Amino acid sequence: MNVAVNHPNSYRNKIHPKKFALWTACISISMMFAAFSSAYIVRMAQGNWLEFPLPNWFYVSTATIILSSLTLHGSYWAFKKMKTGLYRALMLMSFVLGCLFIYFQYLGYHEMTAMGAHLTANPSSSFIFVISWVHIAHLVGGLGVLIVAMLHAFMLEHKVTPARKLRFELTYTYWHFVDILWIYLLLFFILQQQS
Amino acid sequence: MANVAVPTHEDDILIQELGYDDHFHEHHDEDKYQSGFIGKYIFSMDHKIIAKQFLITGMFWAIIGALMSLVFRLQLGFPEEDMAWLKPILGQWITVNADGIGALDPQFYYALVTMHGTILVFFVLTAGLSGTFSNLLIPLQLGARDMASPMLNMFSYWFFFLSGMIMFFSLFLSTGPFSGGWTAYPPLSALPQASTGSGAGMTLWTLSLVFFVVSVLLGGINYITTVLNLRTKGMSLWRMPLTIWAFFVTAILGLLSFPVLVSAFLLMMCDRGLGTSFYLSEIFIGGEALDHVGGSPVLYQHLFWFLGHPEVYIIILPAMGLVSEVLAVHARKPIFGYKAMVYSILAIGFLAFIVWAHHMFMSGVNPFISNFFVVFTLIIAVPSAVKVFNWITTLYGGNVRFTSACLFGIGFVSLFISGGLTGIFLGNSAIDIQMHDTYFVVAHFHIVMGIAAFFGMFAGIYNWFPKMYGRFMNETLGKIHFWGTMIGAYAIFWPMHYLGMAGVPRRYYRFDSFDTFSHFSTMNQFITVAAIIVFAIQVLFVINFFYSIWYGKKMTTRNPWGANTLEWTTPINAGHGNWPGNIPSVHRWSYDYGKDGKEFIPQHYPMQEGETEVH
Ligand code: HEM
Ligand SMILES: [Cu+2]
Repeated sequence: MNVAVNHPNSYRNKIHPKKFALWTACISISMMFAAFSSAYIVRMAQGNWLEFPLPNWFYVSTATIILSSLTLHGSYWAFKKMKTGLYRALMLMSFVLGCLFIYFQYLGYHEMTAMGAHLTANPSSSFIFVISWVHIAHLVGGLGVLIVAMLHAFMLEHKVTPARKLRFELTYTYWHFVDILWIYLLLFFILQQQS
Repeated sequence: MANVAVPTHEDDILIQELGYDDHFHEHHDEDKYQSGFIGKYIFSMDHKIIAKQFLITGMFWAIIGALMSLVFRLQLGFPEEDMAWLKPILGQWITVNADGIGALDPQFYYALVTMHGTILVFFVLTAGLSGTFSNLLIPLQLGARDMASPMLNMFSYWFFFLSGMIMFFSLFLSTGPFSGGWTAYPPLSALPQASTGSGAGMTLWTLSLVFFVVSVLLGGINYITTVLNLRTKGMSLWRMPLTIWAFFVTAILGLLSFPVLVSAFLLMMCDRGLGTSFYLSEIFIGGEALDHVGGSPVLYQHLFWFLGHPEVYIIILPAMGLVSEVLAVHARKPIFGYKAMVYSILAIGFLAFIVWAHHMFMSGVNPFISNFFVVFTLIIAVPSAVKVFNWITTLYGGNVRFTSACLFGIGFVSLFISGGLTGIFLGNSAIDIQMHDTYFVVAHFHIVMGIAAFFGMFAGIYNWFPKMYGRFMNETLGKIHFWGTMIGAYAIFWPMHYLGMAGVPRRYYRFDSFDTFSHFSTMNQFITVAAIIVFAIQVLFVINFFYSIWYGKKMTTRNPWGANTLEWTTPINAGHGNWPGNIPSVHRWSYDYGKDGKEFIPQHYPMQEGETEVH
């Protein structure tokens, strides 16, 4: 299907073109959040800014998503070591943890609303809602990729071919990216609240 | 195609001997993923077909956008004239009074201006220009079979198509398309009730542009990956033609700036639909105070221009790349200062990100902060001037062949100088107090971006038409097209400088009701007549284009212009995969013109004994 990628020349560079393309996509997505962050800072500097603590559920969700990255990496390790059972179990677990993350974010939104920091209360709360929604949208894309990876894990015979290795590497790269993106956002929110 | 016969063409022999066997044809005996009409011409993954799709879709939009400008130019040139004859086309947007005199609805005037700007900036000069030529030339000039991901490349076109469909549909809404200007500043864009076009029109506008961004990003990821990973053997970065450098930096700019636009739009959508107040504060509509408090419209302007300024370079850099190549080929001389050209592309690309607030000098930005932006803005003049100097020096003393392609290249340089100079005026915040939002700005950006980028595109089309269709465009019509457009474009936009200096504001429905401006009515008539003539000349180009696809003079040799780049080593009608056998390997840069007594030495020719690389 992919003409140019079969081009042996492409291996001149150490990184596979598809991985490279994924990295560029991640940079591009990061720019969206860089824009949100700078909009947040610029707006905050203008005053009329409602202060409130971050919901506790956000910390739970953060732990969840970090865990899911670890399990996915474990699954990759099991995949390479031909431990089929572990490979499948850990992959499923990563998926479930990803879904749980969304649920915990949802609980976090309730917590915010209960504090009076609801969606339209003040730009300070609106930003947190909208930025984390957009993050969830990217995470849902990651869940889609995980579903495909699970189909492969459960339907296909367990074989370590270069193509499947590559596909797995692409999958976890994106998943780690969404994970790190959230950690960045959380740290950003915490630091801004302290300043 | 499968069993390569013994090559007879000298290029093929060279490529067979020195080229690079990537085992491409062993896997694809009969082009298995490109069979049937639909696979080949509609959902094609061949970068050459996708390039033509971008070009023709871009031409469609160019015609629509230009027709819109004619309608509002008629209004500005002849505000008293009867427009009832347009009623069959524009319907409710022409109101006919009791005397039977038809007038253009003011609301629709704004919608036309907005759509004209959006269509030309995004659909024509971004997708139609960079989409076409990045697709066509990146794989061909780098010696690649196709893009890194032909599939994403196909999606890139179809997202553009979808985006266009949505925008087209919005033209027929009973409330009209969006009418708040191509920059979509709040509150007109953020409040659905702000004007008729701000409702459904704005919703579709935003949706359309979000899909457009997806298209740009898919394309850009592919272009960057292809340039960095799929160059043929010997094609080091410093041997790449300037076209590729330009497309490469353009793609990086797009990748870094368009996502910011999406962020800006997402916040706007929340303001529109969910009651948040990112951009809105203390607004009264119809005497009633709205709930929105605490927002900042300037925040939107920052986010928008963080894309908006890089965007103007996304438009002009590909044109610069095409012109550099066309001028070198037709002047039969190496491009002057190749490395300086590359460094100035990089410098422009970098500076493009730190000058955005020069669009906001009058938006209440702190004057001390403005100073930084003034300085960086004026610094852009340096790499721009380097490029202009190098183009002129390339032409100087050359054995110039004044083909249509070359003429448009030269015209580009002229326009870029004229329009760039006015940029330096505007870049000084003190002068901009007077000039902002006047016709001076309109003149500036139409000359430096609008017309100049069109000239780059025309240079590219006349030059690479034979590569795309295996036939030539008619040169006589091409020359009429050039001279008519060159003179006509200056006739349209030069007088606007005077209007602007006299303070005539942009985006006004009519001027005859203001005593200060009413004496400009002849000038406005002149501009309108010139615009109509220039449009007629573009029709000539469109006819030439389509006529030549089927009936143009056939190409008999592979390399009609005597160019050095690899795209001219493929067969005249190359299939998917571009080269029938091996892919060529590269032994020199692409500008060996007039070296060692030879008129030109293509990149796939090996170095001779004792020959040294030029740079
Ligand atoms: C020497 C380089 C340039 C300088 C110093 C410069 C400066 C400026 C400034 C200060 C403005 C804002 C004027 C105002 O609104 O009051 C402006 C507007 C504009 N410039 Fe330039 N410019 C330069 C080159 C270019 C180029 C190369 C392009 C495009 C290819 C371009 C496209 C535009 C556009 C589209 C606008 C108007 C946008 C709008 O308000 O709708 N400029 N320029
Ligand atoms: Cu600008």
